[in-house]
Amino acid sequence: MIKKHGINIRPGMTITGKWHQHKYVVIKQLGSGSIGTVYLCESEGKYVALKMSDLSTSITIEVNVLKELDKVQGNRLGPYLIEVDDWVSADGTFPFYVMEYLHGTTIRHFIQKNGQHWIGVIMLQLLDGLAGLHESGWVFGDLKAENLLMVDSPPRIRWVDVGGTTRIGRAIKEYTEFYDRGYWGMGTRKAEPSYDLFAFVMVFLSIYYPKHFQRTNQPKQTIFQKIDQIKSLKPYRACFKKAIVGAYATSSQMKNDLLKIVNHSQRNRQRTKNKQQGSRFIEVVGITLISLTYFIIAWFSF
Amino acid sequence: MKKGTLKQILLITDGCSNHGEDPASVAALAFEQGMTVNVIGILDDHDENADALQEVEDIAESGGGISQLVYQENLSQTVQMVTRQAMTQTIQGFVNKELQEILGKDETMTDIEPEKRGEIMEVVEEIGETCDLEVLVLIDTSASMYHKLNTVKESLIDLSISLNARIGQNRFAIFSFPGKRKTVQKVLDWSPKLDAVSTIFPKLTSGGITPTGPALKEAMYQFGKKSLFSSLKKPFRDDENHDQEAWH
Ligand SMILES: Nc1ncnc2c1ncn2[C@@H]1O[C@H](COP(=O)(O)OP(=O)(O)OP(=O)(O)O)[C@@H](O)[C@H]1O
Repeated sequence: MIKKHGINIRPGMTITGKWHQHKYVVIKQLGSGSIGTVYLCESEGKYVALKMSDLSTSITIEVNVLKELDKVQGNRLGPYLIEVDDWVSADGTFPFYVMEYLHGTTIRHFIQKNGQHWIGVIMLQLLDGLAGLHESGWVFGDLKAENLLMVDSPPRIRWVDVGGTTRIGRAIKEYTEFYDRGYWGMGTRKAEPSYDLFAFVMVFLSIYYPKHFQRTNQPKQTIFQKIDQIKSLKPYRACFKKAIVGAYATSSQMKNDLLKIVNHSQRNRQRTKNKQQGSRFIEVVGITLISLTYFIIAWFSF
Repeated sequence: MKKGTLKQILLITDGCSNHGEDPASVAALAFEQGMTVNVIGILDDHDENADALQEVEDIAESGGGISQLVYQENLSQTVQMVTRQAMTQTIQGFVNKELQEILGKDETMTDIEPEKRGEIMEVVEEIGETCDLEVLVLIDTSASMYHKLNTVKESLIDLSISLNARIGQNRFAIFSFPGKRKTVQKVLDWSPKLDAVSTIFPKLTSGGITPTGPALKEAMYQFGKKSLFSSLKKPFRDDENHDQEAWH
């Protein structure tokens, strides 16, 4: 998309808020999207993330959402809001907001580094966050790999970009085609928990298909096939397919299913270990018996 | 506040008008009559024709709408974004006017403390979700648009998926220009959904002229006709079953 931002910000600059007079020293750009640009800044010795845009309305809408999310109880996965202000520059006045800086890596990178066994835990963490959000009457909307970060100590999933976060019952505000059930012809763009659960599955597919895959005339079959082709996702196949067709009305329903799967596969791993130990026992006993038999035969035939 | 119907003309083009009156002046006229004109300019990968870019911006500006230049791949998301943003902008225009009555003349959103803008945006969002919307899509089908029409078609179906998720009702109509013997040609009459578009998308008229101005004028006229018509016939709501069938 071709943009007409008049915003000119470079590392080293200081942004001073018009209303609150707080100063933010720009360290670097973190990313930019359809609505604005996010910068890593330093303020009073701390790192913060600052999002600026020439779209006052969009910034205000996101601030509203962040304020609402601050009220959500339990496992909050989004960044907290620090301040809202305007920047007066030579090119005009631009609204911005400041939020918690989340330092982390992508899920894909995290799993490559730490192992496949993390996948179940990450799924449960994300579903937990979604459940909290849904129970408070919101749907995340633009759920995608780029909006999810794994932060350290302890490893935990967090999300950025609340631009798509929509009140349940309204029309989804922002979405990305690959993750959008409307694009795949698998449902409406009405904000309901099942909208996020579809995107949830696509997030975990995108870990194994980083370049994504194309929509076909038979979207459901295509997605099912892609799920079946990934070995690491084998235990989750049935659960994922249910989410794709919109069979889970709530995130806690899906969480219950996932919890069973994760526990089961953990137990299975335990059991295979026991089995291995058991067979070693048989092996040892067997070898002993055989040698004993030989010994006895040898002794008698003597 | 009264909950009215927003009227938008969405012009999708890839070049310069070369026939008839100045499209920007027609857009200004449409704006005067309560419609907004939004323009999406589709770019070819190689060329970036400065004249075309300027015209796209000019039409939207005098039409009180939003313009966006885009490459074909991103058309779907742009069409829906432009439509939504234009809705917000129009509604915000109303709200600003009311605010000025309360707060005094030159007050707009940016003069208000950021903390207080939130409440105003809540109202704007609420109206945007619940108001009725009429979109007349005007598609340039001159020769250079030929290989882009399929993308245009898909992006329009996609637009109706987005808008039909709203609580408010929608009506769409599609016209193309240049028409066979007329300035514009009706592709789809006012309807709540755009699914039908797949089967009736226009065959290309290979005429070299691009009469953007006259086409806009005709679109404006179509809007007028429509309001007369709809006051006689009550709009109905398409039942939900249709939706569900499609994805089970
Ligand atoms: N709080 C944060 N901490 C760290 N990085 C962040 C934070 N917020 C945003 N980012 C980074 O900046 C990028 C762009 O931000 P964001 O997605 O909010 O912009 P956007 O304009 O809404 O983009 P999009 O078009 O994807 O919606 C993100 O992908 C992320 O990498």
